[in-house]
Amino acid sequence: MSNDQSTTNYRWVGKRTPRPDGVDKVTGRARYGDDMSVPGMLHCKILRSPHAHARIVSIDLSKAKALKGVKAVLTCAEIPDHPLSEPPYAPIINDMHDISRNVMAREKVLYDGHAVAAVAATSERIARAALKLIDVEYEVLPHVLDPLEAAQPGAPILNEDQFTFGDETEPKVPSNLFRSITGKRGDLEAGFAEADLIIEREFISEPVHQGYIEPLACIATTSEDGCVELWTTTQGHFVIRALCAKLLNMELAKIRVTASEIGGGFGGKNTIYGEPVAIRLSQMTGRPVRMVMTRTEVFRASGPTVGSRSKIKMGAKKDGTITAAEVDTWYQAGAFKGAPVGRAVETYFSSYKIANVRATCYDVCVNRPKVAAYRAPGAPMAAFAAEGAINELADRLGIDPIDFRLKNAVGEGDESLMGSKYGQIGLVEVLEKVKSHPHYAAPLGPNQGRGFALGYWMHGGGLSSVSAHLLDDGTVTVATGNPDIGGSRSSMRVMAAEELGIDIELIKPIVADTGSMGYSHLTAGSRTTFATGWAVVNAVREIIDKLRALAAKKWGISVDDVIWESGQAVPKKAGQDRIKPLSLKELAGMATKMGGAIAGHSEINAGGVGAAFSAQLVDVEVDPETGFVTPTRYTVVQDVGRAISPDYVEGQMQGGAVQGIGWALNEAYIYDAEGRLQNTGFLDYRMPVASDVPMIDTVLVEVPNPNHPYGVRGVGEPCLVPAPAAVANAVENAIGRTMSWLPLSPPKILQAIEELKLAAE
Amino acid sequence: MAELKYESPQTTEAAVALLAAGGPTARVFAGGTDLMVQMHEEMIEPTLLVDIKRISETRQITFEDDYVRIGAAVTGAELGEHAELKAMWPGVVEAVELIGSYQVQGRATIGGNLCNASPAADSVPALIAAAARVVIAGPGGVRDIPVEDMPVGPGRTSLAAGEFVTSLLLPKRAERAGDAYLRFIPRTEMDIAVVGVGVSVTLNPDGTCATARMALGAVAPTARLVKAASDILVGNKLDHAVLEALAEAASDACSPIDDKRGTIVFRTKVAGVLACRAAAIAWQRAEKN
Ligand SMILES: Cc1cc2nc3c(=O)[nH]c(=O)nc-3n(C[C@H](O)[C@H](O)[C@H](O)COP(=O)(O)OP(=O)(O)OC[C@H]3O[C@@H](n4cnc5c(N)ncnc54)[C@H](O)[C@@H]3O)c2cc1C
Repeated sequence: MSNDQSTTNYRWVGKRTPRPDGVDKVTGRARYGDDMSVPGMLHCKILRSPHAHARIVSIDLSKAKALKGVKAVLTCAEIPDHPLSEPPYAPIINDMHDISRNVMAREKVLYDGHAVAAVAATSERIARAALKLIDVEYEVLPHVLDPLEAAQPGAPILNEDQFTFGDETEPKVPSNLFRSITGKRGDLEAGFAEADLIIEREFISEPVHQGYIEPLACIATTSEDGCVELWTTTQGHFVIRALCAKLLNMELAKIRVTASEIGGGFGGKNTIYGEPVAIRLSQMTGRPVRMVMTRTEVFRASGPTVGSRSKIKMGAKKDGTITAAEVDTWYQAGAFKGAPVGRAVETYFSSYKIANVRATCYDVCVNRPKVAAYRAPGAPMAAFAAEGAINELADRLGIDPIDFRLKNAVGEGDESLMGSKYGQIGLVEVLEKVKSHPHYAAPLGPNQGRGFALGYWMHGGGLSSVSAHLLDDGTVTVATGNPDIGGSRSSMRVMAAEELGIDIELIKPIVADTGSMGYSHLTAGSRTTFATGWAVVNAVREIIDKLRALAAKKWGISVDDVIWESGQAVPKKAGQDRIKPLSLKELAGMATKMGGAIAGHSEINAGGVGAAFSAQLVDVEVDPETGFVTPTRYTVVQDVGRAISPDYVEGQMQGGAVQGIGWALNEAYIYDAEGRLQNTGFLDYRMPVASDVPMIDTVLVEVPNPNHPYGVRGVGEPCLVPAPAAVANAVENAIGRTMSWLPLSPPKILQAIEELKLAAE
Repeated sequence: MAELKYESPQTTEAAVALLAAGGPTARVFAGGTDLMVQMHEEMIEPTLLVDIKRISETRQITFEDDYVRIGAAVTGAELGEHAELKAMWPGVVEAVELIGSYQVQGRATIGGNLCNASPAADSVPALIAAAARVVIAGPGGVRDIPVEDMPVGPGRTSLAAGEFVTSLLLPKRAERAGDAYLRFIPRTEMDIAVVGVGVSVTLNPDGTCATARMALGAVAPTARLVKAASDILVGNKLDHAVLEALAEAASDACSPIDDKRGTIVFRTKVAGVLACRAAAIAWQRAEKN
């Protein structure tokens, strides 16, 4: 069977079908992280640091242990330590030395909210009371929150065993700067010499939280033989298993992890926080232990994405050719190394053909929670700077922003700065679509501005496993190892139905636990419909092959003479009309009597990912007296490869835009002078509410990824990449000046307007 | 760990007795939309909750000779559905209706909003502008005070031990009267006022202002009556010069702080802007009445 053909008339792919998880979600039956309870379970609460940076002098647990109802109390002494990992470093650094310390502080606390001790008690109330009985003596140290300051010599050092990696001078003193990554090509000096216009700008973006609606929650049980079962809200239970096993020095097979229904993740549920703590407490007590974080804990202690400081320089000729681009950008990683610096370099200028270019990104530790992935990690802040500079270039050269981009657009065969080579991509199609969209030409009212930005993202592939089972009555279960965050069960079902040629209602997609499946990587990196979907196709094709063999046996002909068509086995050769085709249902009924149950499975390492581009057009209206911004119209145009379930694809695109609006306009962490987080709830951490955003229009551009059976490209992340830049650009055009520091909150905008007024006087 | 007791008395006297006996860790429980959040976040640890919603006086809206009496435990949703009250005091009702969301509206009470004593409470500037009074029951009997005398600082009221609010009194309105409340929040909903402005006016037959009151929220430790507003407005029409003076008076009345919700500069400036906008709406309403 061939790979995707755009001309194919699909029965299910691309159709709007009911979501398989819908009923349970609207009735409240779906079980999320904290919906699980087990008889005899204990409740875990975690004591957190009130300081941004302090040495732990001593911890006295005696009073807490003595409280009636307290069954166990732990500190880092109960969590194994691990040595620092050695280079070469993987793109995502999962250093057990750091994870151990992030899970439970060891020598020092490194941020407000850093876990210091944990209690398991017979009720949550007792556990909370016990926390108050733990005496921790701290030696408070100076702290640093800004990545540029933190990278300077003389800044307070967070991790005293961290030396800048790759520094040729072999540093003798520790540094908050862990490493930098540079991507370059061409000759910058020559490139800038060619330019008719050079602009230099600085951009600042603040860390923002993933803001998933469901707080982190898990429950762990340990049996007498040392086997652990863990129920948790996660984007990847296989990864949780791997991290817990490694951290706690356990064998993989002894930890079985079940992913709960998940209430959002956006990259924030890719790693472990309370899981190993709950496991250790269950090991210590022999009882199930449940850990549920409050929203405040989620904000104080779980990863936001990076904040950034960027210094960018770009040059272009009068005709719009970009001749050179250069950027230095400091990403703050939080308390431990691991800012997505490679992704930043990869995405900085990779939508454009630029002969002379350099991008350097620095990975810097600061006294904030360790960053986690967030929807295209590292890319939206890079796009904010790059697209901001490009919009200014186009504006000052008097060139239409889309034409400017078309002039410099990459195409098939070009390479990104980190060496990803583009295959068939839809960038030009996307830009043309924006240009011809009625939104682009729609008139603007007073105090309104229109913004535009483009985003690039290379989604993930990797390891996925699928197990599909044909049941005697002709129904099919399709089990994957990927938690369904954005509708993957629907897409898996659609692809399986398309292959099998049966009604989608006959297929039950499920998410199986780590004991039942081969390894499956995270539901992250926009990879699941692509990679796991591919494995689904493989697995059901195996079923089809077995059914063809069964029909061949029944008919006494060669399997090569049986084809699969519209859900039935059909003899291939002409003149065999007397053989009646056998339907999937008929074959299913015969299977157990003719050799055994029929299943198909697939364990793959999917390559052949396709670059995706999202272009966004947004109108805003600014209240000139208050600085309040109302987004009035928003259009997302994106190359989605092929939309398996268009409703979900559009939902992803809308969600990305909404998160970008929040990022651009209001979301920020607010710290006091001591480095304590002030806004630890949604009241003051201002994510948009429904009434803050307009209807987000979506335009699906389908340039299939030729490597995938159904032409899939990742769609979940590209849609966030350009959003903050697009919104910021709209605000700039509404008020008539550049704005370079997110979020563009009303006080900042009002100040900018006042400055403009003063300048005009 | 202290135990938490819950009582729901049916009379004012019983509530007063419970509160007086309960001491400083006893709390009135109305909608609970502030109280439960504070308990959840361990900001307070009460030992006794006295639910006042079973006391009929606290749950009614009654039109009496000179004023409208609103029970302290009447919810935002109930006020919003009361057509007669809404027609008479649209600004007060719109202020209460701004509290929270649909779900919160079904629980949040006007008395709770006042007694929680947040400087940013939405109903309070509107109530002050309306010259509303607060009826308080306590061990010493019943007394009433102007709304502006209720909050004395963030989270603190002038209520004495054992006292609670049974109702609020709004004066009845003559012709050509109108009020309005506006707030600034960085989002469109589910946020807390960075600045709130309530304005109430009555007009003379010739369209000039007969009486005026303006109050500000979220720009000082308690909501504030801007006394200068009355001098600026009375006798005048709402022309450019008057609006400018009004904005200046509003900004002058501010003594805000820089915090996670806004800056001093921003709050001071926006107080002036909203004062003018709220006055314009109140005026329009008065002209139509
Ligand atoms: C999601 C959310 C959004 C919100 N949005 C807003 C908003 O936009 N604007 C706003 O102003 N507020 C807002 N609030 C705060 C709150 O809803 C309001 O202040 C509400 O009016 C409180 O009323 P309640 O009946 O729930 O008070 P409760 O929580 O029951 O009580 C509040 C306090 O007042 C005391 N108290 C209550 N009634 C009396 C009485 N009759 N006599 C003496 N003391 C009393 C209580 O002991 C307690 O200390 C919001 C709250 C939430 C949870």
